Amino acid sequence: MSEKKPIIAVRGLGNSFGEQVIHEDLDLVVCRGEILGVVGGSGTGKSVLMRSIIGLQIPDEGDIEVLGENMIDRSEDEAKNIRRRWGILFQNGALFSTLTVAENVEVPIKEYFPYLKPPLLDEIASYKIAMSGLEPEAGPKYPSELSGGMRKRAGLARALALDPELLFLDEPTAGLDPIGAAAFDELIRALHKKLELTVFLITHDLDTLYAICDRVAVIADKKVVAVGTIAELLSLDHPWIQEYFNGPRGRAAAGSVSKETVKA
Amino acid sequence: MAGQDQNSGESRETGDGAGGVYRVAGSLTITRAATTAREIDSLSDPLTIDLSQVEKMDTVGAWIVYRAVRDRKASVVGATPEEQSLLEQVAEADRPVKVHPDSPGGMIRILDELGIWMSELGQTFLGLLGFLGATMIGFANLIKRPRRFRINAIVQRFDVVGVRALGIIGLMSFLIGVVVGQQGAVQLEQFGAEIYTINLIGRITIRELGTLMTAIMVAGRSGSAFAAQIGTMKITEEIDAMRTIGVSPIEALVIPRIIASTVMMPLLAFFAMVMSLLGGGIFVWLVLGIPPLTYVQRLQEVVPVTDLWIGLIKAPVFGFIIALAGCFQGMLVQGNSEEVGMRTTNAVVQSIFLVIVLDAVFAVFFSSIGWR
Repeated sequence: MSEKKPIIAVRGLGNSFGEQVIHEDLDLVVCRGEILGVVGGSGTGKSVLMRSIIGLQIPDEGDIEVLGENMIDRSEDEAKNIRRRWGILFQNGALFSTLTVAENVEVPIKEYFPYLKPPLLDEIASYKIAMSGLEPEAGPKYPSELSGGMRKRAGLARALALDPELLFLDEPTAGLDPIGAAAFDELIRALHKKLELTVFLITHDLDTLYAICDRVAVIADKKVVAVGTIAELLSLDHPWIQEYFNGPRGRAAAGSVSKETVKA
Repeated sequence: MAGQDQNSGESRETGDGAGGVYRVAGSLTITRAATTAREIDSLSDPLTIDLSQVEKMDTVGAWIVYRAVRDRKASVVGATPEEQSLLEQVAEADRPVKVHPDSPGGMIRILDELGIWMSELGQTFLGLLGFLGATMIGFANLIKRPRRFRINAIVQRFDVVGVRALGIIGLMSFLIGVVVGQQGAVQLEQFGAEIYTINLIGRITIRELGTLMTAIMVAGRSGSAFAAQIGTMKITEEIDAMRTIGVSPIEALVIPRIIASTVMMPLLAFFAMVMSLLGGGIFVWLVLGIPPLTYVQRLQEVVPVTDLWIGLIKAPVFGFIIALAGCFQGMLVQGNSEEVGMRTTNAVVQSIFLVIVLDAVFAVFFSSIGWR
């Protein structure tokens, strides 16, 4: 983590929907190997930022570089090379509803490596499913038969299908119960360590921020107002940041973390 | 770093003697997973895998190596600590995961599906019957307490189901009149009996097509909308909210739609009949040269008034069935948004099917009471 190599670099990003300006001159750098948390109030454009980086939203202006390659105005073929080096977990999993969990995991593998034969393909899918912490019975189930937490894990298994270097997570713990959310945090931290992932994480969950993020980027006033560790952010006197981390929920999350460290 | 994971310069040696030695150089990743697996499979036991020259390994590469270790007791040499940890992780994730659903084969599966289909069919009709009962109870409650009658909701439905459908139903009926006239004229011309085209247009559109085509259009336009609206409300828990407040969804949602559809259907059907006669009349005037006055006189002579009664008696029944099926399917929605689409399709299929079955029943009934 000591080497500070940018894996995502966003410069001067501008996004707007009609009259409504979402981002204005937004800069953000994500370093290789870190878990970067992105926070901000509802409607500040966290998801729009992620969609711009992964190419689902074409920004009005600015440069976006991912894994050392420029993302703006790329041909579909060039973009494909980058797409197989990242994995994305959408907010509700975005699993293909007509395919089973195992088939969902196999979709990206089949797309990029069509010559892989079914037995090996099935083995790869099954260890990805196990790695994501799903129980063995989940493989042949359809997304509609899964609970919210399982659906997220299945989405994560699909995101990890091609051994990505970069993982995007959009509110991974939203809608999970506290135990499930803590387990998911733990899973992401473990996978990050084992697979040397860089993680771009959008969240509202203060516990997640304290538990797994190396750095946190705060979006407010249409740009990234601060990036740093939580301790660094706390020393700033931006009103939203203070309110966010020193509000009743922020203090509770900080308290539970410090208790844990004392125990350990 | 970009693009470096392309497999660059790998060499493999197969040393004989005490089994095979597999030595990879470069990358051991998913990019050449199939080749690697095949090459490892082709070597003889006891197998040694030398990872000392591997620059890059991912979980797929690790899985292939791990599989050889697990199944063939291969020994691994020259693994760096990172590669060792990757091997340990895939070993940890090696659990018996089921990948494919169990599916019985052949005959049993056909019987299985047939059985499920039959029981669903039975349940649907039982459910529809139950829903009819619930609706009747709702009507009875409304008659007891007429204050709860939702006039505004009903009038709004009149607009959506009736008035806004006039354009499309008018156009459709006009064209049907033209088509019936044209097809009839082609056949009857062979016998020099073009004048009978008027009999054909008059009787078929008033007795059958006016009402039937209107019913199909209303099923496609309003029956589907009922199912989709109520289904969406079911998903967003609006209907649960209604129930907890004490509003009966049958009274608030189903009955206004049923009343609107039942009242509007005969009006739309009558409009459709008039438009069909207009289309047929213009056709015979322009193509067969029969003037409008003759056309109207001949219609009065050949079309018995019972034909109009038949068409208009059927219409409200069809309207009722269409709204009932649409609302019933909407109320059956549960779970996800995908279900709304499925139920909407079902609503249209079911209501058109029921309309045509009832039409056949009516045809037999009216013939047997002498309304020919």
